[in-house]
Amino acid sequence: MNLTLKIWRQKNAASPGGFETHEARDVSPDMSFLEMLDMVNERLIAAGQEPFVFDSDCREGICGTCSLVINGVPHGGRKGTTVCQLHMRHFQDGQTITIEPWRARAFPLVKDLIVDRTAFDRIMLAGGFISVNTGNAPEANALPVSKEIADLAMDAAACIGCGACVAVCKNASAMLFVAAKVSHLNYLPQGRAEKDRRVKNMVAQMDQEGFGNCTVTGSCEAVCPKEINLDFIAKMNRDYAVAVVKGELKANSGGGVG
Amino acid sequence: MNFFMKIWHSSLGKKYIMGISGFVLVFFIVTHLMGNLQIFVGPYWINTYGLFLHERHEILWPARIVLLTMVVLHIWSAFKLRAENQAARPVSYAGNPAPFAASYASRTLMMSGIIIAAFAVFHLLHYALGVRAVNLTGINFSTLQDSQGRPDLYLMLLLGFSRWPISVFYIIAIGLLCLHLSHGMRAMFQSVGWKWTFGGVSHLPDKIARWFALIIFILYVSIPVAVMCGYGKAYKERALQHLTANAISGKESAR
Repeated sequence: MNLTLKIWRQKNAASPGGFETHEARDVSPDMSFLEMLDMVNERLIAAGQEPFVFDSDCREGICGTCSLVINGVPHGGRKGTTVCQLHMRHFQDGQTITIEPWRARAFPLVKDLIVDRTAFDRIMLAGGFISVNTGNAPEANALPVSKEIADLAMDAAACIGCGACVAVCKNASAMLFVAAKVSHLNYLPQGRAEKDRRVKNMVAQMDQEGFGNCTVTGSCEAVCPKEINLDFIAKMNRDYAVAVVKGELKANSGGGVG
Repeated sequence: MNFFMKIWHSSLGKKYIMGISGFVLVFFIVTHLMGNLQIFVGPYWINTYGLFLHERHEILWPARIVLLTMVVLHIWSAFKLRAENQAARPVSYAGNPAPFAASYASRTLMMSGIIIAAFAVFHLLHYALGVRAVNLTGINFSTLQDSQGRPDLYLMLLLGFSRWPISVFYIIAIGLLCLHLSHGMRAMFQSVGWKWTFGGVSHLPDKIARWFALIIFILYVSIPVAVMCGYGKAYKERALQHLTANAISGKESAR
């Protein structure tokens, strides 16, 4: 296969960027998209030119590191697929392919196709955890969890935090990511104790990072490589409303004598 | 106050305001429709209902104030949310691709909303305030009276929809309203966290939104369509003869 690639080149966030056109010759249809880019980069290096930088790690669709917008769609738009699992057989010989980084104010560009996604880490630090002392694993049957709830929590926990939901959303909203992380722990008995605090803090952090708002277009669930759906956003909206209406109880500092 | 400011400053809070104000406006759309549909029962019913509403200031004014507040909140939060959304993506993708897998209704909420607001202003001038210049009939709607001396809403609707540009504009606006509702109601249910399976029907609220929009469209549009197809023609002609006779006798007595 021979392809024409229009790839985003940008030295850093401060300098202006633009597309560079490269020909990719003799691409095997069995290559993954990232292997094809590796090949292009090797040829650039051999010719003494600067390769394109892009994020990747596990290359088996489970780490959430790869992040490319292909022809305007994050991860290329194939159902439940990350870029590293996208194969060249899904493209046609002679096709022109546009490759861009995630675009969102909350994801500042680092270089070429790499963006800084630490906004997600800060959201996780705001409440995406359970405050317990570590120690031995508890006895498995001590906390019963129904099959339905375990399945729902597992569906939410499948989020790999790649940020495709933000990249595809017309409002660059992080609702699907935050909803998955909130729901995962809020469904389970271990996480329920901090349910209200978690949803309030994580939403507050999300707002502070400068993500947009949800307009329920459904782009995020269509592109999510782990097929997380909008139901979790509804669940988070409900949890947040309950938490705000409930308010907080503060312990009395008294306690009496004795 | 602090509580409300907190809601206003959070992204989800603004969506609650959007959804709840939208819900109140949907409630109005339903009650307004029920009032209008009385045209098919006859002049006596709809004119009695109109007079009842107008004489009950204790219902009319609180309702007007609540509705106006909801309209303001709905529009205000829409523009605030939109400004935040646009700021969240300073650099757009090459060739500005249409949002992936997003429905037409979901992408055009702002546009349909603005056109509906413009229509609402025209609609108020046309019927509620009875501005003669906009109704294209040359008749002053606020002077129409039925045989019992009450404001003749029945005749007003018949005359109002007798001009095709007005009926066409009305049908287009109702179409956009229902497009707006088909996604807006779905988003409203989603924003307050109501999206589950009920009685074996998955995503019931989404389905309610779509069916509701379609039914509202059919019922609203039935009125101008019926009038243009000749509904109430005899009543209208009799009333017009009466009006001309009055006008002539009025002129004669003035002499």
